[in-house]
Amino acid sequence: MKFARVVGNVVATRKEEKVRGRKFMVIQPVNLEMEPSGDVMVAVDAVGAGVGELILFATGSTARQTHLTENRPTDCVIMAIVDLVDIDGESAYDKSSEEKAASAKARQGSK
Amino acid sequence: MKPGRVIGRVVCTQKYPTFKGERFLLVQPTDWQQNDVGEPIVATDSVGSGAGEFIFYVESREAAVALGEKAPPSDASICGIIDGVDMDETL
Repeated sequence: MKFARVVGNVVATRKEEKVRGRKFMVIQPVNLEMEPSGDVMVAVDAVGAGVGELILFATGSTARQTHLTENRPTDCVIMAIVDLVDIDGESAYDKSSEEKAASAKARQGSK
Repeated sequence: MKPGRVIGRVVCTQKYPTFKGERFLLVQPTDWQQNDVGEPIVATDSVGSGAGEFIFYVESREAAVALGEKAPPSDASICGIIDGVDMDETL
């Protein structure tokens, strides 16, 4: 699995019958410094991820191991939303502090 | 299977239900001399490995097989903790 940031969603009225009703998200893979790394992709969302969230995605035939994607033409699935990343015992990412920073920024902006 | 080293952990409250009870670990892929190769990945763990350990992991659809019948959507799974490697460098 790799890290990615959800950056948007895809709307497709005409699509393969088997993937009807699935939520397609646009994801930007990131490295451990949270910098973009690699091409933007489309993934089926199996956990209810929102735009802006850091997620884990699985690729290849593994992506079909969910009830939403079983036997369906899918090769990329969002299978977890990241709360914390620890490297050598030190925090490299913390969702709650990121959310606090974002809401503080929003408050500052509204003043 | 490829060698790597466990460098950290990832905590996810919200994950696909078949991952219940599984841990996500950060793995730095290495060569067999334990030199870093490429970007770290996230892998599930079926052997109880810990930080700093030299391990080998399996990728793609087979990673789900390592986690038993429920086969969650994991594309990388740690399969063994390496105690030592005997390799004949002359071959």
